[in-house]
Amino acid sequence: MPPFLAEIAQLVVNGVMAGTILAVPAIGLTAIYAVLRFPNFALASHATIGAFAGYVANVKLGLPVLPSVLCAFLAAGLVGVVSDEFVLKPFRAAGFITTAIASIALTIGLENLVRFAFGNELRGYDLPIMRDWRFGDIRVGPQQLQNLAIAVVAMVLLFAFLAFTRTGKAMRAVADNPMLAAIKGINADAVSRLVNFVGMGLAGLGGMLIGLDTTIDPLTGFRAILSIFAAAVVGGLGSIPGAVVGALTVGVGEELCLLFLSPDYRSAVGFMAILLVLTLRPRGILGARAY
Amino acid sequence: MENYLIAMAVTGCIYALMALGLNVIWGFAGMVNLGLIGFFAVGAYATALATLKFGLPMVAGMATGAALAAAAGAGVAMITARLRGDYLAIVTLGLAETIRIVSANTIWLTNGTDGISGIAGPMRGRLSPTEFNLLYLGIVAAIVVVAYVLAERLRAAPFGRVLRAIRDDEQVAAVAGKHVMAFKIRAFAISAGAIGLAGALYAHYTSYIAPDLFVPLFTLYIKLALLAGGLGNNRGAVVGAFLIVFFLESTRFVIPWIPGVSAVQGAALRELLIAALLIVLLRYNPQGLVPEQLPRLKLPAAAG
Repeated sequence: MPPFLAEIAQLVVNGVMAGTILAVPAIGLTAIYAVLRFPNFALASHATIGAFAGYVANVKLGLPVLPSVLCAFLAAGLVGVVSDEFVLKPFRAAGFITTAIASIALTIGLENLVRFAFGNELRGYDLPIMRDWRFGDIRVGPQQLQNLAIAVVAMVLLFAFLAFTRTGKAMRAVADNPMLAAIKGINADAVSRLVNFVGMGLAGLGGMLIGLDTTIDPLTGFRAILSIFAAAVVGGLGSIPGAVVGALTVGVGEELCLLFLSPDYRSAVGFMAILLVLTLRPRGILGARAY
Repeated sequence: MENYLIAMAVTGCIYALMALGLNVIWGFAGMVNLGLIGFFAVGAYATALATLKFGLPMVAGMATGAALAAAAGAGVAMITARLRGDYLAIVTLGLAETIRIVSANTIWLTNGTDGISGIAGPMRGRLSPTEFNLLYLGIVAAIVVVAYVLAERLRAAPFGRVLRAIRDDEQVAAVAGKHVMAFKIRAFAISAGAIGLAGALYAHYTSYIAPDLFVPLFTLYIKLALLAGGLGNNRGAVVGAFLIVFFLESTRFVIPWIPGVSAVQGAALRELLIAALLIVLLRYNPQGLVPEQLPRLKLPAAAG
């Protein structure tokens, strides 16, 4: 392969891997939006909480990566249920703008709880050091492949849950038409608690997967939030398959921009994607409506 | 000590200008701006670059800052005007983050994370620090008074009435023949312009700006000011701004006295307190200290 094409191929591979990981929190965001109808900015701090819960399990308790990832999911999910119940839920009657503002305050509050407990320094997970695998001109890290596999498994489980279980169907029913769901006797409170658990759990899982690639600190979630929102908006806010498509688009797009931009501008690329989609096709690639 | 107090009064005035600006969209029109700090940064950087690199006079620099912030505000409002309000929330937050990223990394233009120093202040060299502080306080106080009068005019004018109608029910406003999109875009531009002007004033006062100053927490300060004073009310916006400066400064003095808390933990505690206060005020006291009073229309005397 000529070096230029090899570089592009490598960037696309990196982008697909980054996009698959990005899809996990983006699904969380879009699922919460589909059921509760507000952009929950508290997703950022829950990603951080997941990353730190996984850090405690992995480094302090010495667990391997897989159980640590599960801890990240559970911890962020539980915090998500509790914080929604006591902080955000009372705002929902006041409208989505007030709720979104409260969620920004919530995310800064939770981020500082993490900062209070762990300080500002960068931390890394306890990972075995492995040589990159080479396929022709393309390099892939074994840890990246494991992260990819974890993200794919989490998504397959989620799709199975939504498609085949009664609770999953109830969740989709509420997202589709809350009034009709209520008439059919679906408990909206139970569904909203569940979607917060799953959605914030996925955010926590995503936070840890992002951290596994680099390091973590209290701002881990906030740094990722622009890309996560870009993924959800590009795919269509409220559409779960859309979040996957959007995340892959944004992931590959951010990597390809490295051809002519420094990596520091990565998040800005996500923002450009948001502006582009809102201008040309506001409902996103797979979304239903944005009005 | 007197320099510190005057500096706090200047900060209070700058916050008041922003709270007045935010009130136009949040209080009157019910629109959200989660990236207030982005427009503040646009104003600050624009005037710093205009005066240092292009040699424009300060007044022209500040006007450039306000105009660019207003244009950015009109831009985001235009892109999201047809969509549900939550898209505006996402785009404003994204804009602020993007501006921070670009200002931190475009070193040839903004000097990166080192920031820009040596921004001129009016007669800074010729006055003692106290005199300079007093002069600047006079300038910002005058601007706040003008902004307050303009905001009051706007509130009572038909323009303000339409914004309140949009806030309470967009569809009704549209049915009444109001061009809702145009009103929203203009309101957002006015608001962003005021915030940009505040950023420009800040830059010329402190003479130094850097991306680290423009953090999302700052956006919460102004929201807190408006909520404390009273949403939809210009007097409340000004009162709230000074209350917030007082509150922020007092936490700065109190927290170091808490035993067993490191510097980082103290800073975290302070931000936590600010976030918690915003949530509590938003929930239990959305009216604020000075509740919104709708301008009374003079009713024609009843016939007969």
